[in-house]
Amino acid sequence: MSATVEVRIPTILRPYTKDAKLVSATGADLAAVIADLDAQYPGLAERLLENGALRRFINIYINDEDVRFIGSLTAQLKSGDSITILPAVAGG
Amino acid sequence: MTTELGLKVPQSMVDAILQQARDEYPNEACGVIIGRHGIPERLKPMFNAAASPTFYEFDPKDLLSLYREVDENDEEIIVIYHSHTETEAYPSRTDISYAGEPGAHYVLVSTREEIAPATEFRSFRIIDGIVTEEPVEFLA
Repeated sequence: MSATVEVRIPTILRPYTKDAKLVSATGADLAAVIADLDAQYPGLAERLLENGALRRFINIYINDEDVRFIGSLTAQLKSGDSITILPAVAGG
Repeated sequence: MTTELGLKVPQSMVDAILQQARDEYPNEACGVIIGRHGIPERLKPMFNAAASPTFYEFDPKDLLSLYREVDENDEEIIVIYHSHTETEAYPSRTDISYAGEPGAHYVLVSTREEIAPATEFRSFRIIDGIVTEEPVEFLA
């Protein structure tokens, strides 16, 4: 069932959301929410996905959980959930 | 977000960062400096989840805690630093491609042998893939 969730947008992606740091989206799972975000804010999905999977150096959390451990794009959502997107802090 | 060039940092934090780089050798050391209104207030070394001499990464769990903490305290991440173990204190291509915090000062330190016992501490802005070195003022 489709959930309405809040999504925290990191600074580097705010140009897509007209500078909004907190936006709303709907979807039953993470894939659907990302599709909804992209519909609202064109281009956002491409920053999060590569070849249909989550980009390695983007971290997405549902409430406190790293989605990698709860199904990645198939992670299920319920209304009121909070999604946080954080680019990895990494380098070489 | 400021695009002013220049970083003012307490010498004590610089010393601590260089010591951390030496302590964690042969792996890269990393961490952040947190503060308010662009002024460094506290140093927070971070665990390098990559544990590698050529790569660093904040553990995703630590990363979430860090951002939550900073948010709750109404602070900002002023510096993101890491060490280069054998190369110069200049952002690598990897550093540039992963620089995801446009408002931060990216600090590189190096303790590479060619320059020992000297050390390097340099600061850069990395915005839209462009690296700009900035002057560093060491505060007493």
